[in-house]
Amino acid sequence: MTVTVALERVTRRFGPVEAVRDVSFTLPPGEIVALVGHNGAGKTTLMKLMLGLVRPSEGAVRVLGEDPAAGEFAARRRLGFLPESVSFNGALTGRETLAFYARLKGETPARAFALLDRVGLGAAALRRVGTYSKGMRQRLGLAQALLGAPRLLLLDEPTTGLDPALRQGFYEILQELRAGGATVLLSSHALTELEGEAERVLIMNRGRLVANGSLEELRRLARLPVRIRVTGEAQGLDTFAQHLGGIHPSRRVNGHVVEIETEAETKIAVLRRALGEGAAISDVDVLPPTLDELYAHFLRAQERSPSGEERA
Amino acid sequence: MRTVCVIAAKEIQEGLRNRWVLATTLLLAGLALTLTFLGSAPTGQVGVRALDVVVVSLSSLTIFLLPLIALLIAHDAIVGDMERGTMLLLLSYPVGRGEVVLGKFLGQVAVLAFATLVGYGAAAVALLAGGTAIDGESLAAFAAMMGSSVLLGAAFVALGHLVSARARDRGTAAGVAVGIWLFFVLLYDMGLLGLLVADRGRLVSARMLDVLLLLNPADAYRLFNLAGSGGVGRFSGMAGLAASAGMGPSVLLAALALWTAVPLGLAALSFSRREL
Repeated sequence: MTVTVALERVTRRFGPVEAVRDVSFTLPPGEIVALVGHNGAGKTTLMKLMLGLVRPSEGAVRVLGEDPAAGEFAARRRLGFLPESVSFNGALTGRETLAFYARLKGETPARAFALLDRVGLGAAALRRVGTYSKGMRQRLGLAQALLGAPRLLLLDEPTTGLDPALRQGFYEILQELRAGGATVLLSSHALTELEGEAERVLIMNRGRLVANGSLEELRRLARLPVRIRVTGEAQGLDTFAQHLGGIHPSRRVNGHVVEIETEAETKIAVLRRALGEGAAISDVDVLPPTLDELYAHFLRAQERSPSGEERA
Repeated sequence: MRTVCVIAAKEIQEGLRNRWVLATTLLLAGLALTLTFLGSAPTGQVGVRALDVVVVSLSSLTIFLLPLIALLIAHDAIVGDMERGTMLLLLSYPVGRGEVVLGKFLGQVAVLAFATLVGYGAAAVALLAGGTAIDGESLAAFAAMMGSSVLLGAAFVALGHLVSARARDRGTAAGVAVGIWLFFVLLYDMGLLGLLVADRGRLVSARMLDVLLLLNPADAYRLFNLAGSGGVGRFSGMAGLAASAGMGPSVLLAALALWTAVPLGLAALSFSRREL
């Protein structure tokens, strides 16, 4: 099956600033992909490139089989976009707003109104958008992005302003769309909240794509240490720490807890040892590297070798 | 075309909702009615051409007011939506930028046309209801005045769009819009008058004056209505200028149409080159 989005060596300059530098990736159908990076890393510029609102300085962008900046609109009918901090005219009601966008996409407004219920705005549909809370505007933004059964959804920081329950509902909608073969690209400045939702992660830093892979692949690639936290009696822990001291770095958290850093492959050996020493150990915790650590690792990796690009 | 209509309809809907339509209509109707009844004082009760007087006074008012209203509505059309972030979303839809400009233009002109026709129409209806006899010629002059008023409004809406498409931010757009109003409505005629007085007919020929008058949509409108056919010219005191000006109504209307089409085309061009 053909890819939904393909970027090939895309660079985009704004004056002297390179907002996007030599970025290539493809997005297949039926995948939820997270685009992660700091503010100013180039996420929004990438979205605008895919929407055809800015043209690449170099390289080529193809979305749903066409060049989005060419002025052909067939692809845009199958594309949903939620801009960062979406805004609407406050004088119109939620229904009127959605009806307007539905007409632009050639969909009948009556069908579009079902989407308001789907995002939990059914009760507020007849209220003016000016009276909506930020979360409600965000949900109205999501409803308009879902118009016209999109094959590609570009969501820029979609979950800001949503409380955890709404966020859950939001991801459920995305999973349904994905199951229907749609591609979802959502950007975020934090990796943590995307765990379990995105199959693939693209990490951007200063306009460059520094990582591209599933979370497991990125973990393997980063080779970040696993931390083993052992709780026990003070004396036993001392001898245990001494045993390991030469091999793995360890650190006393407090009188009863010691933390050992080890690579994923030797994790089991260290655990065996911890349990086998006969020391009075009351608890063992294994802490895999967090997503924030993983994210920080890829950012650091690029800082060290500005030209280097890590790929999975 | 469908897209243009959808955007125009939303513009009208917003105008209705935020009371622009209501406020403009009431303002124009109020002024028109006031002028109608105050303005008929000099002609007295026997004035058989009451409507002609209304045409003169209303069109003088229109020259000041309609361009201002048009620029107020239009200067925000593009740059305002860009600043509010709604333009980014709109352009992610299957919508061309030319369609956005044309749709917004048509919507705003429709709002202005409604206000003008209803507001000024009220004056004519009031005169008729008051038992004033109005002949066909006056009625035609009045209808021409209403139609050309809409066209004048459209020209300034188009100018407002051009400002809006080029301005960096809303504040700049508002400032430039006010400047355009001052220039065309007040300063241009003063300058022209000064030029004619200083020149004493040595350099500025009648033909050149024609061109200079056409270079201002407000002057084209003024000539069209005040120097127009029948009795209106007599009341307006513009008959002298009308006699010397070799321009028929069609030339003046064409000038107004060009003053609409050219700025609008330039606005669409500027907007399509702009990056968000």
